[in-house]
Amino acid sequence: MTGLWWSMLAVSIVVIVFVTVMGGWGIVKGRRRREEDIERNVPWGDRFILISGIGVTGAILVAFFLVSLRAMSTLARARPSNLEITITGHDWWWEARYPNGAVTANEIHIPAGERVHVDLRSADVIHSLWVPELAPKIDLIPGRANEMWIQADHPGQYRGQCAEYCGLQHAHMIFFVVADTPADFQTWMKDMAAPAPDPSTALAVQGQQVFLSNTCIGCHAIRGTPAAGQLGPDLTHMATRSTIGAGTVPLSPQTLEQWILAPDQIKPGVTMPPTALTGEQVRALVAYLLTLGFEQPS
Amino acid sequence: MTTLAEPLEELWSEEPGLGTWLSTVDHKRLAKKYLYTALAFLILGGIEASIMRLQLAHSNLKLLDPETFNQLFTMHGITMVFLFSVPVFSGFGVYMIPLMIGTREMAFPRLNAFTYWGFLAAGLFMYSSFLIGRAPDAGWFNYTPLADKPFAGGVNIDFYALGLIFLGISTTGTAINFLTTILKMRAPGMTLNRMPIFVWGELAMQVSLLFAQPALTLATVMLMLQRHWHWHFFDPGAGGDNLLWQHLFWIFGHPLVYIIVLPGLGILATILPTFARRPMVGYTWVVLAEMATAFIGFGVWVHHMFATDLPAMSISFISLTSFLVAIPSGIQVFAWLATLVTGKTILKTPMLFVLGFILIFVIGGVSGVMAASVPFDQATTDSYFVVAHFHYIMAGVAIFPVLAAIYYWGPKIWGRMLHEGWGKVSFWLVFVGFNLAFFPMHILGLLGMPRRTYTYQSGLGWDSYNLVETIGTFIMGIGILISFVNWAWSVRHGERAGNDPWKSETLEWATSSPPPDYDFETIPEVRSLHPTWDQPELKDGAQPPDQGGRPLAEGHRVLATSMLDATPEAIVDMPHESLWPFFLVVGLTVFFYGALVRIAIVAAVGGIATAISVLGWIWPRGQTQEM
Repeated sequence: MTGLWWSMLAVSIVVIVFVTVMGGWGIVKGRRRREEDIERNVPWGDRFILISGIGVTGAILVAFFLVSLRAMSTLARARPSNLEITITGHDWWWEARYPNGAVTANEIHIPAGERVHVDLRSADVIHSLWVPELAPKIDLIPGRANEMWIQADHPGQYRGQCAEYCGLQHAHMIFFVVADTPADFQTWMKDMAAPAPDPSTALAVQGQQVFLSNTCIGCHAIRGTPAAGQLGPDLTHMATRSTIGAGTVPLSPQTLEQWILAPDQIKPGVTMPPTALTGEQVRALVAYLLTLGFEQPS
Repeated sequence: MTTLAEPLEELWSEEPGLGTWLSTVDHKRLAKKYLYTALAFLILGGIEASIMRLQLAHSNLKLLDPETFNQLFTMHGITMVFLFSVPVFSGFGVYMIPLMIGTREMAFPRLNAFTYWGFLAAGLFMYSSFLIGRAPDAGWFNYTPLADKPFAGGVNIDFYALGLIFLGISTTGTAINFLTTILKMRAPGMTLNRMPIFVWGELAMQVSLLFAQPALTLATVMLMLQRHWHWHFFDPGAGGDNLLWQHLFWIFGHPLVYIIVLPGLGILATILPTFARRPMVGYTWVVLAEMATAFIGFGVWVHHMFATDLPAMSISFISLTSFLVAIPSGIQVFAWLATLVTGKTILKTPMLFVLGFILIFVIGGVSGVMAASVPFDQATTDSYFVVAHFHYIMAGVAIFPVLAAIYYWGPKIWGRMLHEGWGKVSFWLVFVGFNLAFFPMHILGLLGMPRRTYTYQSGLGWDSYNLVETIGTFIMGIGILISFVNWAWSVRHGERAGNDPWKSETLEWATSSPPPDYDFETIPEVRSLHPTWDQPELKDGAQPPDQGGRPLAEGHRVLATSMLDATPEAIVDMPHESLWPFFLVVGLTVFFYGALVRIAIVAAVGGIATAISVLGWIWPRGQTQEM
């Protein structure tokens, strides 16, 4: 893939330089020519056009095609994969489901150095999964079962973003692929599949009550509680995530409070409605939500 | 020969006045309407682009809310493609083709009037959506399901679909008119291999349009049926498929690129020989390349869908055709180079725009070749890299050759030279601004910036490139405005042009500037690919009858000739001014507004008015139509 890019770039630069130099040279040389001396017929003209226009151009293009075909088959070849995850695009966030039942949103952990098979689904309109540093993009199209493979050679965090225009908040449909060492990944996946921890402080207990007795449960699930909504992100371990609103703002007590009260202020057009909670209720709810997590390897 | 001028003037002139402003069928008057309207839409599309560039000048700006941004980028695309690029090239064609092929009119003058008014009305129809804040907002590509009722309940998409159906009626008429004119009305002796390259470019454009347009009209009709009448073409829940929309759209949409590029290259190939003071080297190859592009252009549409996970076999095939479509472009570039090297280049403003465009076309070409590669395209599609690529090609071809043509043909159309000094200032601002505006987009795309986003986050290293693009956009905008002001001043105060200020080769320069109502005193007999260079007897548009000129002064008439060899076949009586084409467009406009608001009575009134107008148009008036 990188070979394809650098060879195409190099040839492109040569072509641009050649056209500029030959055109420029022709203009400069022609300035001294007298109009009477211009020959109507250029004997070498047709030969030049055919050799360079069809011969050389054609050879370069066919060579590019073959190199490109090889890169394509390398990328597209279905390979055995130890891990298959399902990513579903929603307006405007990403849901990731793992084979052991773990569900998360907008932060997709994978084991570094392994090829991961991704099933691409859409819950509404067409989206496109694009992590520029890891893989070419493939669209998530309602009614179609698309798939791709991604691989991160080194542990780290890789930024991705929806690439297919999907409406109002296409700009804020951001996600991160987090590549962990395989051991860390296994731990993460196990922890992520576990139910949410019970709240331990009085404030958090109160927050859980707020959550369960309000409209939150219509859309959000917290495994281990009666909340089982499916429209919004699964919040079972939401405190492990670093952003709110699919990468729109960093997660902090302040941003979470603002988000709960008026998400539209942070992400105009977002499908989550504003919430009519008292200040006390919101603080309790935030305290509860921020307990939803587990220790992650740093 | 002046003895002929008087009866011809009598036969061909139109009554002055507001009535004629609406009823004119004169190709030159209609062409000017086309050009003014298209350039007005260019200004609107440019304003939309400028506002978007302000919003994107820095990360997280809040000048626009997302809905407004989405409407702006959608209307920018619709405007620049449908309401500026296509009609501006049709406009130059409507003016120049009858002159370049040595006749006096387009084949169907009233159809010509109808297609102009239809273009204007469809454009205003779509723009009227802004008045209620409901402009189309699903992109000019309008993918389902985003454009379907559940996700786009408002009339935004109805404006899009109905507006494009409406416009499609007009462009289909234009295509038929052009093809008939080019193939059946060339002056005697203008065999196909003596036809100017610009006319070939227009022929290739209109052939493509004729075959591409039905796919778009079909797709938009199907979308309307699905949106309002519970059909399910694009609904996977009921056995439809969202990719069907994409196929239909791009079967139209990719040929559309060549519909815009080919006449632009035709303008280039007209201006280049004039200012290189020699015929184009490899005329035949250039012509074949244009036609080959139009043909292969129908076999590459799926490269817009490389990321939709289609079978590898089909996308490999389309990848190959997408690589190969660059060969005809290569042929043309090398023909231009050979012409430059063997000529004596005169760096007047039109030539500067042409030379600048060659470089831009090559840059856009090589990035297009890259995007023909499936893995490369999957990495860069829907990113700013693609935005850079197609602006180098499509904005390049719609800005540089069009400005070149205004400087080059302006003296013919308005009779006065445009100011050369300001022309050069304009060129350099446009050239530098263009590259500042669009080149950094390549880098942004490679850095991961997706298209069609109303904002972006800070800390990604995208801010400075975006700022440069915004500055470049405004430099380019100022450059274009300078040319407009130059033009507006020059048509009144510029130096008189005379018949042939550039010593060009094609027939339009053999008559006066601006040409008389009847274009040529005698229909010339053409004996060369470069008639104005090689046939000195063509002076003042009046080839003496003893040297082959045909007066055709007994009536409002033109000559029909055979398709290949242009041998005379018939004398055709041409229609005079008529208000029916205008009424027909009014009827259609009422019909489409009726369909938009879905009030049957309004649509019915429009439909009846349309039917009456058609009847009025075709009603026999006792003129002999055959000879």
